Amino acid sequence: MAFEHPITIALSKGRIFKDSMPLLGYAGIEPLDDPETSRKLILDTNHPNVRLLIIRATDVPTYVQWGAADMGVAGKDVLLEHGGEGIYEPLDLRIARCRMMVAGPLGWQPGGGRLRVATKYVNSARTYYAGLGRQVDIIKLYGSMELAPLVGLSDLIVDLVESGNTLKANHLEPREHIMDISSRLIVNRAAWKTKHKTVMRIIEQLREVVEAENA
Amino acid sequence: MKNKRWLLPEGIDEVLPPVSGRLEQVRRELLDMFCSWGYQLVIPPFVEYLDALLVGAGGDLDSQTLKLVDQASGRLLGVRTDMTPQVARIDAHQLRLAGPARLCYLGTVLRAQQNSFGSSRSPLQIGAELYGHSGMESDIEIISLAIDTLRASGLQDFSFDLSHVGIFAGLIADLELADDSRLALFNAVQRKSIPALKALLGQIDMDASRREMLLRLPELNGEDAFSDADRLLAGAPDGVHRAIAYLRRVADSVRARFPHLELHVDLAELRGYNYHTGIVFAAFTPRSGEEVARGGRYDAVGAAFGRSRPATGFSADLKNLLSISGRLREPTEPERVILAPWGDDATLLAAVAALRADGHRVLWDLPGASIDQYQHIQHLVNTPDGWQVQ
Repeated sequence: MAFEHPITIALSKGRIFKDSMPLLGYAGIEPLDDPETSRKLILDTNHPNVRLLIIRATDVPTYVQWGAADMGVAGKDVLLEHGGEGIYEPLDLRIARCRMMVAGPLGWQPGGGRLRVATKYVNSARTYYAGLGRQVDIIKLYGSMELAPLVGLSDLIVDLVESGNTLKANHLEPREHIMDISSRLIVNRAAWKTKHKTVMRIIEQLREVVEAENA
Repeated sequence: MKNKRWLLPEGIDEVLPPVSGRLEQVRRELLDMFCSWGYQLVIPPFVEYLDALLVGAGGDLDSQTLKLVDQASGRLLGVRTDMTPQVARIDAHQLRLAGPARLCYLGTVLRAQQNSFGSSRSPLQIGAELYGHSGMESDIEIISLAIDTLRASGLQDFSFDLSHVGIFAGLIADLELADDSRLALFNAVQRKSIPALKALLGQIDMDASRREMLLRLPELNGEDAFSDADRLLAGAPDGVHRAIAYLRRVADSVRARFPHLELHVDLAELRGYNYHTGIVFAAFTPRSGEEVARGGRYDAVGAAFGRSRPATGFSADLKNLLSISGRLREPTEPERVILAPWGDDATLLAAVAALRADGHRVLWDLPGASIDQYQHIQHLVNTPDGWQVQ
């Protein structure tokens, strides 16, 4: 199968890349290099017209919004933080699944005062607490949120939880379930219009394989 | 900060020679073209009372509008972020024509926030609006003018996206949705987020066939859009069918007028259309992640100024348009100048005036100054035969 238009797909290393490969493989797209061993940031594929960009997860929506990549795979968590302005998100790929949760120290009881919440997901946390009608102080961190309640930086954290083992190892427990997270296929608006046939064919094939795998 | 005084605010840019000269050239060509179509230039103010800027266009412009307090009246002023509502006010209240009004405009607008990475907060908005005619003929006229404007700007390989906001509106009109649900649905369709749409539709009470129509709506685009719509939206309310029929006739007419145009029909495109009520359109190129021009019908805006008038129009950021089309980078003839010696001699003054009247660029040679931005310099020299260019 040939791709009529040149297509650039943005992906992040690690879990999203690993889980995306079988799906892209079904659509006939196979990278020529492995990003875990190669240091290339642009990976060529078996199609001269298709290339993959390997970038940080939080940058994927920015690349797609600006048209630097035509399509991308981004977690719902990342999309919510970015805002999704100017991006289509037609397909839930149902990969890299986890839950966004509120967690706190084992047996923690709310005191008086205003709650301090440490998180990487500022927008999602703010929206969640606003929905509960609670004013909280959000502390933006870039990683290792589990540490914050242990050293008194915050009362609670909002973080992604897969197995809960990291929480457990740090004497934290999940408290409230905010939402389920999975990775989405995102598409630039101009690419959708100007490379319509190619974009639609990739979406269609990905939809097929996602539905078959989750049937 | 003292030594960073030259720094411009985020997203604010300026245009310098020689690019500014090219921009001005195209600006004149486009305004002349609008004039040849019978569109009259209006020059709305840069600031006006905030409520006048926002009232017709809904709340979407609010967060984008820079505000200041008018010391004279104590009222809030807004710096325009879109000139269209201003021109609608001019049509509804100032001109009060009985027949159609064709107006065009060009000016800097200001955005409180940067829309996206790298985009300008001070676009140079150019546009044309047609008031007082509600048929599809005026939509087609505006679309044709938009396409001619893009081509005159040097853009050749654009894809023209055509939609009608009445299709989505018609599908939800009789559902009596709460504002929250309507906004959430609008957002999901706008993002073509089928997962979000599925989740939302599960929470809203409607019959299964309507749910299916809304769920399939984001896919109704491209070559098969109309044939798919005939099948999938067969049982939709009348308003939906009217909107689709309207869209189809406009698309046919545009195709007939511009046989080589890459036309893309999308029955669910809502993005960026804040105050629109009918046909909407946008131009995309593979070289830009966002549309380079957009427009459509917005019949309700004039009502806020005391007179509801049918309205259709389009606009673009001229700086963005020309930088994408490449017209700002076009190599131009090196600029030729003639250097005239400083003096009060009447024959010299007459010779300089005559050269300038002939279209030459003549610079006075200021004593002790060097000319370093021009490569092609000739000199005006006093010879026995009079003043000569050498």
